[in-house]
Amino acid sequence: MRPEDLLRPSPRGLYCPVGDFYIDPTRAVPRALITHAHSDHARPGHGEVLATRETLDLMALRMGPSHAGATQAIGYGESLDIGGVRVTAHPAGHVLGSAQFALTWHGCSIVASGDYKDAYDPTCTPFVPVRCDVFISEATFGLPVFRHPLAADETAKLLNSLQVFPERAHLVGAYSLGKAQRVMALLRAAGYDAPIYVHGALAAISAYYAERGIALGEIRPAADAPKAAFAGAVVIAPPAAITDLWSRRFPDPVTAFASGWMRVRARARQRGVELPLVISDHADWDGLIAATRATGCTELWVTHGAEDALVHWAGAAGLGARPLHMVGYGDEDAEAPPEPASEAPAVPPEDAA
Amino acid sequence: MNRFAALLDRLAYEPGRNAKIRLMADYFRATPDPERGLALAALTGALSFANAKPGLIRALIMERTDPVLFAMSYDYVGDLSETVALMWPAPPAAGRPDRAPLLSEIVGALADLPKRDLPTQLAAWLDGLDDTGRWALLKLITGSLRVGASARLAKTAVAALGDLPPDAVELVWPGLAPPYLDLFAWVEGRAGRPETDDPAPFRPVMLAHAVEPGDFGTLDPADFAAEWKWDGIRIQAVAGRAADGDRVVRLYSRTGEDMSAAFPDLCEALDFDGALDGELLVRREGRVQSFNLLQQRLNRKAVTPRLLKEFPAHMRAYDLLVEDGEDLRELPYAARRDRLATLVMRLASPRLDLSPEVPFANWTTLAAARADPAAAGAGVDSEAVEGLMLKRRDSLYLPGRPKGPWWKWKRDPHTVDAVLMYAQRGHGKRSSFYSDYTFGVWTAGAEGEVLVPVGKAYFGFTDAELKEIDRFVRANTVNRFGPVREVLHTPDQGLVLEVAFEGLARSTRHRSGVAMRFPRIARLRWDKPPREADRLEQLEALLREG
Ligand SMILES: [Zn+2]
Repeated sequence: MRPEDLLRPSPRGLYCPVGDFYIDPTRAVPRALITHAHSDHARPGHGEVLATRETLDLMALRMGPSHAGATQAIGYGESLDIGGVRVTAHPAGHVLGSAQFALTWHGCSIVASGDYKDAYDPTCTPFVPVRCDVFISEATFGLPVFRHPLAADETAKLLNSLQVFPERAHLVGAYSLGKAQRVMALLRAAGYDAPIYVHGALAAISAYYAERGIALGEIRPAADAPKAAFAGAVVIAPPAAITDLWSRRFPDPVTAFASGWMRVRARARQRGVELPLVISDHADWDGLIAATRATGCTELWVTHGAEDALVHWAGAAGLGARPLHMVGYGDEDAEAPPEPASEAPAVPPEDAA
Repeated sequence: MNRFAALLDRLAYEPGRNAKIRLMADYFRATPDPERGLALAALTGALSFANAKPGLIRALIMERTDPVLFAMSYDYVGDLSETVALMWPAPPAAGRPDRAPLLSEIVGALADLPKRDLPTQLAAWLDGLDDTGRWALLKLITGSLRVGASARLAKTAVAALGDLPPDAVELVWPGLAPPYLDLFAWVEGRAGRPETDDPAPFRPVMLAHAVEPGDFGTLDPADFAAEWKWDGIRIQAVAGRAADGDRVVRLYSRTGEDMSAAFPDLCEALDFDGALDGELLVRREGRVQSFNLLQQRLNRKAVTPRLLKEFPAHMRAYDLLVEDGEDLRELPYAARRDRLATLVMRLASPRLDLSPEVPFANWTTLAAARADPAAAGAGVDSEAVEGLMLKRRDSLYLPGRPKGPWWKWKRDPHTVDAVLMYAQRGHGKRSSFYSDYTFGVWTAGAEGEVLVPVGKAYFGFTDAELKEIDRFVRANTVNRFGPVREVLHTPDQGLVLEVAFEGLARSTRHRSGVAMRFPRIARLRWDKPPREADRLEQLEALLREG
């Protein structure tokens, strides 16, 4: 028996022929297991969806209550039998509700981890490594240049900038599900207790987090606030909004961006960011390696991201390794999608003279 | 070093002038001597060491990482220092230095470190720094640090520590040296103003703003004197006597770089005591030669007798800052000019003359002079005229580029009608606008007429025009590459930009083979269909003339 008999890549996503279900399919299918509610993993139109309670709620919040024919919730540590395959959900530490799915069948175990991180995050249940034969990992930040600093230190940079520029609005670009709430929680943990203003796109999700008992402090919609309120205030918005028409309402803002991509200067410059904050909801290079080792797997499959480097590392470490070349992931959720390198000016001109 | 590195990192991202000053002032306030003084030296370019070659850095990282992973990472990041800074494997806590190295320790050690010890020492520093610290050190030590703030801005930030006017630091600067303990003591009110004992110190140069057509309405011709702006190199000649009685003559560039060694012929001819502002030219057979000939005298390792004979250096004087120990900078321009004329006449040197004034009754007659310098007094030297300088008769000699007292009015720049091809988002206040434009002109391609990019411009337009272009870009995007949008540009549809530029050079870096000097958007030609835009051949013809 080969692991591919249990789970294999297909054009619609990872497919389990024994249980006849997909994991995070990119197109509508009869039966889907959804690891988390980011839009490149959770799509509408499936017949039946199995996911954690939080993921199902967030999907309903984002796509409407009729996004699937039927839904079923599974808790962390709970198991189900699907067509003879034992499916267990484990926390992935990526965003609220994110899960890894462990599949066991005839003594073979495969863990599909979805997106995950092993770094501290008070807004979701921490990642737990699960023993398995085959570990399926993402590799969004699968290069050794990606070593995320402590999120608390990055938060300190934002607070320091607020001190140096107390009259400027600090506009923080953050993905609306997960990252935005994590930034809020990090600010609160650092003692920042002023109201945080938010773009309309993340109001409902933040309210849901609060409902689930994750304290985010006072959140106010930016749309209702007078201009004067933004002086020295933190405003959180989806990445696209911080450099678009929406941002024009803020006089002389400091534009920050919370993303693992901010680790590389050329990426930060391309986005026109003034204050890059390296805060990521994906595992960094060390995290990918530590997680893989902790599963005790003999084989590593890499779904998307910088597959080549991680596969190279696995080979050198004596693991069987293969890139799955899965398409359709990482483009909407992975904060800043990798962009073609172009000649962004190295240093913004300070005056034309 | 980590804190200084964090400042450098922040400056590189911060587009605002005032914000940069605040960031630097904040750093100077919070950092003790001599660290802040050495940081100031690095910011102003007074401190640079190019001890390490990229090969050394590469060797260090190769010893510590998998070469395949390094190659993949370097390929992704695109910058050696940054790749190494990010990849550098931090040693386990036990093997790590207990604190990060200070900038002063690094500067001190590099001063007398034997070359063979550099790799080990550098590795130890990298072990002790955070990733931003490693990045800054590698940039500094390979001589490739680009500071996101000008030297003048850094001095302005120092002045801000003591609520002094920006010029205050600029004025005392030439006599100072790192780590500037006397400077910080003075701005913080702990000591008096630092004095120099240099017999021939540099004085900060006064620069002019470009005059715009709209400015003339607010300027009264009677307030101004006009003179030619010569196409040479702006210099300051300073002469004095050292304590031991030796005569010292120095020629400085406008940034204070000592150029004396390259021009012994001119230094010898300047037998006075004081400081002159003027233009360095090559003059032979009674006429000023082109800038190209002057370049023959620059960047030469040895000054040969043949060079001195073939390209004789000459100074055309604009202003007199100091004479016989008397500081004239607080006098009005007209009074300084009288003193200057008297001095030049007294010296009667064939290598020094007075830049002549251009008489004019009103702006119209001055415009005529600018259009035809030969007929307006420049005579045989007219080809070396770059334009006109307008100086208020009552203007004091101020350091930097104050707005109002002096204006430069260059001869008409070249213009070309080009088609907008790509637009990129700007930075800072402009980050929500597509404000960086790549434009092209027509040329014959394999399958008919094609546009070939010839340059990029990100200023010259008004705020209102910026909004119009932004709207056009958003409504006519045909392709997106990250922050760059490709804009509709067919023979019948697109936006024609009138681009002004100062000159052209051949370039192998550009597909078109030409590179523009100082391009900016002069006008939006909504009225013009792209097919009527200019062709590459027109630029090539200009190149041949040039
Ligand atoms: Zn995700």
